[in-house]
Amino acid sequence: MIQISNLNFSYNSRKPLFKNLNLSLKAGHIYGLLGKNGAGKSTLLKNIAGLAFPQSGKCLINGTESSKRLVSTLQNLYFIAEEVYVPALTPGQFLARTASFYPAFSITDFYSYLKILDIDPDLLMTRMSYGQQKKMIIAFGLATNTSVLILDEPTNGLDIPSKVQFRKLIASVLNDERCIIISTHQVRDLDSLIDTVLILDDHRIVIENSIDELTEKLFFGVFKDLTGMNALYEEETLMGKYAIVQNTTGKYGKMDLELLFNAATTNSSKLLNALKPSTNHE
Amino acid sequence: MEFKDNEAIYLQIAAFVSDQILMGKWPGGQKIPSVRDMAVELEVNPNTVMRSYEFLQGLEIIYNKRGLGLFVAEDGFDKVKAYRKENFVRQNLPELFKNMYLLGISIDEISLQYQHFQAQQNNELNQASNDENKQ
Repeated sequence: MIQISNLNFSYNSRKPLFKNLNLSLKAGHIYGLLGKNGAGKSTLLKNIAGLAFPQSGKCLINGTESSKRLVSTLQNLYFIAEEVYVPALTPGQFLARTASFYPAFSITDFYSYLKILDIDPDLLMTRMSYGQQKKMIIAFGLATNTSVLILDEPTNGLDIPSKVQFRKLIASVLNDERCIIISTHQVRDLDSLIDTVLILDDHRIVIENSIDELTEKLFFGVFKDLTGMNALYEEETLMGKYAIVQNTTGKYGKMDLELLFNAATTNSSKLLNALKPSTNHE
Repeated sequence: MEFKDNEAIYLQIAAFVSDQILMGKWPGGQKIPSVRDMAVELEVNPNTVMRSYEFLQGLEIIYNKRGLGLFVAEDGFDKVKAYRKENFVRQNLPELFKNMYLLGISIDEISLQYQHFQAQQNNELNQASNDENKQ
């Protein structure tokens, strides 16, 4: 559905953000995009959404370059920015002016999402708190029923019950035709919701693996002694070494996205080698 | 539902469904929640629930009626029981034996304890059904 090939992008010619970045995203999945501050998560999402243009390379949605900003592409894509902008309208008025840009928009869904997220459809959005504004835009974005849905830090600003509702909503809107991409620092908010992890580091995507694949190949756990084990990454803790080792026994250990993230963004060559697609000698 | 860290989530969801069947809450022929409803309820990715259901279909504990949804097999209860029993013999029993061996516990001692446990369970069951009759 989304195909990024050899993407090069920089805001400042001396500091390239992406160097020949490649990424392929399919419908029917929820992708979690992780990266350090300044790694370029939002910029990558903007390139996908046609809000920033590749300097070279391509970013295609269903075979069409998103930088062309064709109506047929844009009406099938919704981007929820980290900082939402809201006009001085009520959600009802916003709906009347904006929903018709999205052919698959569902008015029923919109009002039901507003209700679930506890947003008053008749309150001026400029009078709403940051969290409420964000929830209003989330409700709108989900109701567009576009096949590409991009969310940049969606859980920022959401209170505890809203995060639960958010997870339920995302679980309910995924279908075989939809591709959902969520960038986040709040990995604990989303770790049972995303099925594929994308980690952006060092100008490229270093990890692009399904969670099933990660837990099959890796084992996360605390070890008293790591000698003889092929530790891919370790952190010192009071209980022993908290480490990622190669999973050779087929045992299951819950994946710790934070540990994986630290491993992938520091000294990652061992980890990345272990995750490489199987080669002949295996 | 709180997920444990030492078992894949899809297996924990499958175990949850199996529990409902063993407890008689979902008898044979009963429709089970759709992938979507279950994913929303548990706040997990629908693909994970799909994997759980495929796993249970593989064991013929549930089956798919095209266009209608997923249902508990008529012999779902027996299938779950057989599967659990096999798991118990393969995984839990060796662990139990190892502990018995290390601690020097005889099979007679265990047998006595088990009879005691059985009596207690039966008592509780009778109590429960008496209470129901009174109401």
